[in-house]
Formats: sequence, structure tokens, C-alpha cells
Amino acid sequence: MRKRGPLFFAELTFTLMVCAFLVVPVILSLLAGLTANYQVGINSGLTLRWVGEVWVGYRDTIFLSIGIALACLASTLVLGIPTAYVLARRRSALARAIEELLVMPVAVPGLATALALIISYGAVPGLRTSWVFILIGHVLFTLPFMVRSVLAVLLAIDLKTLEEGAASLGADFRQRFFQIVMPNCRSGVLAGSLMVVTLSVGEFNMTWLLHTPLTKTLPVGLADAYASLRLEIASAYTLVFFLMIVPLLLAIQELSRPRPTAFRSQEE
Amino acid sequence: MRVISDGAQPISITLQRCAKTFADGTRALEPLDLRIGAGETVVLLGPSGCGKTTTLRIIAGLEAPDAGGKVLFDGADVTPLTIERRNVGMVFQSYALFPNMSVAGNIGYGLKVRKRAKSQISRRVAEMLAMMRIEALADRSIDQLSGGQRQRVALARALAVQPRALLLDEPLTALDAKLRDSLRLEIDQLLRRLGITAIYVTHDQTEAMALGDRIVVMEHGRVAQIGRPRDIYQRPATRFVAEFIGTMNRLNGSVRRDAFVTAAGSIPWPGAPQGVTEVLFRPEDVSLVAEAPHLSGTVAAAFFLGDRTRLFVHIGDSRPLVVETGARRDFRHGEAVGLKVDASGLVAL
Repeated sequence: MRKRGPLFFAELTFTLMVCAFLVVPVILSLLAGLTANYQVGINSGLTLRWVGEVWVGYRDTIFLSIGIALACLASTLVLGIPTAYVLARRRSALARAIEELLVMPVAVPGLATALALIISYGAVPGLRTSWVFILIGHVLFTLPFMVRSVLAVLLAIDLKTLEEGAASLGADFRQRFFQIVMPNCRSGVLAGSLMVVTLSVGEFNMTWLLHTPLTKTLPVGLADAYASLRLEIASAYTLVFFLMIVPLLLAIQELSRPRPTAFRSQEE
Repeated sequence: MRVISDGAQPISITLQRCAKTFADGTRALEPLDLRIGAGETVVLLGPSGCGKTTTLRIIAGLEAPDAGGKVLFDGADVTPLTIERRNVGMVFQSYALFPNMSVAGNIGYGLKVRKRAKSQISRRVAEMLAMMRIEALADRSIDQLSGGQRQRVALARALAVQPRALLLDEPLTALDAKLRDSLRLEIDQLLRRLGITAIYVTHDQTEAMALGDRIVVMEHGRVAQIGRPRDIYQRPATRFVAEFIGTMNRLNGSVRRDAFVTAAGSIPWPGAPQGVTEVLFRPEDVSLVAEAPHLSGTVAAAFFLGDRTRLFVHIGDSRPLVVETGARRDFRHGEAVGLKVDASGLVAL
């Protein structure tokens, strides 16, 4: 094994310090949610009482967040995959311009988008008070992620020739789309889906403006809790949020890892 | 090797006034008339951008000809039919194998689309795997295959549906030279055995000469010459054809009393056509002679190729002549050599 010089240990120390800087507050916050009395400290004992109170007081926000995230996923799948397909098949200047425009909802601050939505559609009867209003905002915000994720995969495969190959074997458009196009962009769809769900569950900026007291999502409830309740409850709430979001983030990490390179032998 | 019983009868293919103008106004193909006989192998040959691939795609149904153009299969007009209704097998340069399916899945896909019974599909897939000698690969995924294996799978997939014609778009271009030679031989044997009507696009003249019953040489969207490989090689119709296929020497001079007279000497040419000022001939029609040469020159370059030596002989003002010799000796730069030209190889255009 190669001998490690002093530079290695300097780098290791620095890396560990940066990690600690990022991780320690998270751990403290999670611990706070499990501590009987945060003022007294960890000596007061560990408890699930606060998690229970969050469940009683805020489970509606959890269900609403999950519901909106799933509805958002369904919408972005239905809208995003065909959009990505069309953009991949037509590599015209217009298609490229649309691809660039797709970044807009991400580049524009969520608050601005939310305000625009309220000004434009706030007067539609029933919409302002419905969770659908939040869904519209989330779809606007997350759709580009789905489209880009699927598009990246579609552009990496020779889609046109694959489809021509399938057509030459007698496959009509429907068969080509569901038997060739869809299975071959599965990794993009999966990555996009996880991204959409994660972003939707965690979205705060836009949702904070779009929500009503009856349509609070988890992050909005979390802000409320920090503003008005015991720190322990807010921390326990954060813990619940973590339990929902971390598995999604880990799955995204796993999916975006480069595939093992395919085996290519020289012929015979 | 087992004989494959293919029920489909080979068809003739006719193109009538097929032209192609793309949306941006470029003319990829001038109006083309072409008749391909049943069971014939026709090679479309030419440099990139000559319209050969466009022609193939029009036959396949991947492109529609400009208004007025017609594609006939056995006399029946198929112009309005898209590729999925023409029942043609197609092999692509990039293979276009489906990464989401195994080798067997790829080969059986066309039959699955046709809703054939599972047992029938697996029987046909086994038959195809055996024909291409890739039985061991049946369950492999596509990205585990080498280039040559992929091309075999692509051929098997195209033939599994018993297409009415087989269309091949530069199928060997992506492979290395040695593999190209062996697969070319295999494709040749396959086409002869199946007796299927085949149209083969390539820019490689060696491939064209080896595979084609007839070759269609194309240039700038037009047909430059159609003919058997030997005719095209020995009697090129245009200077483009002469120089695109093989190596051609060019010599300026004039005809005087049954001889072609140049600055470097004169070539006896019984029955020489009057008024010719330029002749073309192949390297194999020239030989080195010690006495009574037709032409004299000096060696400008010599490349030892193993079985022969390729000489570039400088003979004055025009470009050097290419001469091939089996002589077992070295040639020095500037060495004086005498050349004899076989008059039967002379071409005047």
C-alpha cells in the first residue's frame, strides 16, 4: 500500500470538519425531537412523545404532502414523457428553444411563480381554496425535471433508428412507443419520478403562498411549528420529514450512479 | 448447414420517377427509374451524399418520394404504405437492436408484433439463431455482444419475419477490416442461399463488387452507371465511375495510325477510335518490361505490399502512373523503367 503523507491527513481532517459542519446541526435537531426536555438536555431522557404529538396534530399535512406528491408525479409522467419524446424526435431550433425555456420555472423564484398563479387563477371559483391549486404550482415547478431527465436518456440512445428498426418489423406507433421507447427510457423516468416526488414533498417557497389554513403541506406545517410551538415538537416534525425524504434522496443517488460499463469483446 | 425453408417468394422492386427533395429544399435524389429483379442482389454504391441511402429509405418506406414518384413491389403500388406495412427486412449500420430485449427477444420481436403463437415464435427464433450460428447468445443482452455478433443478430431479426425483400444500409461499415471480410462472405452466402431480393447500400467498392449481381453507381443524386461488377470495372461509363471504382491511370496524347502517341512513348492500339485525346487503364493492364517498352519513365515511389509492389511511375507532365508488379526485387527512387500497356485494357471516354 502507498504510504500516506501529511497532506493526506490534512485533507482528511478538512473533509471530516466540513462533514461535521453539515451533519452536526441535523443530528442535534433530530435529537431535540427525541429529547424529553431540550432545555434540560439529553439527560432528561429520550421519548417518542413529541413524534406522537406531531402525528396527532399534523398527520393531515403529511397525507396532503404525499397525496400532492403522487398527483404531481402522475401529472408530470403524463405531460413529461410525451413532451420529452417529441423534443427528442424533433431536433429543430424550436425544440431546442423549448428545452431552454423549460428551465424557466426553476430559474424564476417560487414566490414569483406563486404570485403569478394567484393573480392569474386566484379568482377561479373553488380553485384558490383547493389543494389542486398547490398541485398546479408543483407541476409547474417539477415538470422540467421530469422532461430533462427523460430527454437526457432519449438523446443518449439512437431513438430514431430504434423506432425505424421496430417499424421495419411491423410495429405501429403504439407498439413502438410502449414496447421500445418506454422501456428504453425507464431509467430516466425512474430518476425523474424520484426527483419530482422529492421536490414536491419538500417544496416550501411556492406552497407557502399558495396554501390556505385547510391545505397545509408538510413543509408549511413545519414552518408553523417552528414559529409557534415547542422546539421539541418542531424537531420531531423535522424527524418525520427526514424519514420521508432521505430514502428518496438515497434512491436518486443510487440511480444517478454511472452504470457499470458494458462488456465489449473483440469479435471471435 | 440446415436449409431454411422460407415460404415467401422473392419479389421484384420497381422505382418510377422517384425523386426526393428535403424540407430545406435540397435535392437528395433526382428522378430515378430502377428495376430490381426477383431474387436479385443490387448494390447502391457511391460517396456520401450521393442519394444511395435516400433511395433505400424510399424503397423501405421510411421516406416518401416527391409527388409523382412510385414504388412497386411485384407490380403493385406500395408508395402510400409506411414501412410497417411493406414487410421488408431492414439491417441498419448501427444495428438498431433493442437494448431492453435479449438476443432472442430481438429476433422474435417482429413475430410478436404479428401476434404469432409463442411456440411458433420460439421455433422460428431457434431456426434463426442456428442459421446465424449464434445459438449460444440467445439469452444475452445486447450490450454484451461484440459488433460482429450484433450484426448477426440484426440479420436474424430482419429475416425472422420472412420479409419480401432485405434492405441493408451500410451493414459492415461499423466493423473492423478483418471482420468485415468474413461477414461479407457470410452475407453473400446467406443471400444466395435464401434467394431473397436484396438491396445493399455501401460506399465501399470492394463490398459492392463482391456482393452485387448488379451495381448502381450514384453521384450527386443521379445514377452514373448500372451494370454487373465486371462491366462497371472494365467499361466505366463516366470518368466518375472509372475513378471511384478501383485505381485508374490517365494518359493524354493522340491517336496516330493504330497507336496512342504520348510524350513518353506510344502504345500500339489496333482499331483505335479516331479523335481520342485521353485514355484510361487499370494498373493490372500495365507491366514492367526490360526491352521494347511502350512508355518509359522513372520510379517516383514504390510501396512493397507483400504479394506485389505498387509503383508510381513518373512519365513527364501528367500525374504518375500506378503500376503493380510481382517482381521480387527492390525499386530505387528515380530508377528508369520501361512499361508495356495491354491495348485491350484501354478505355476512352
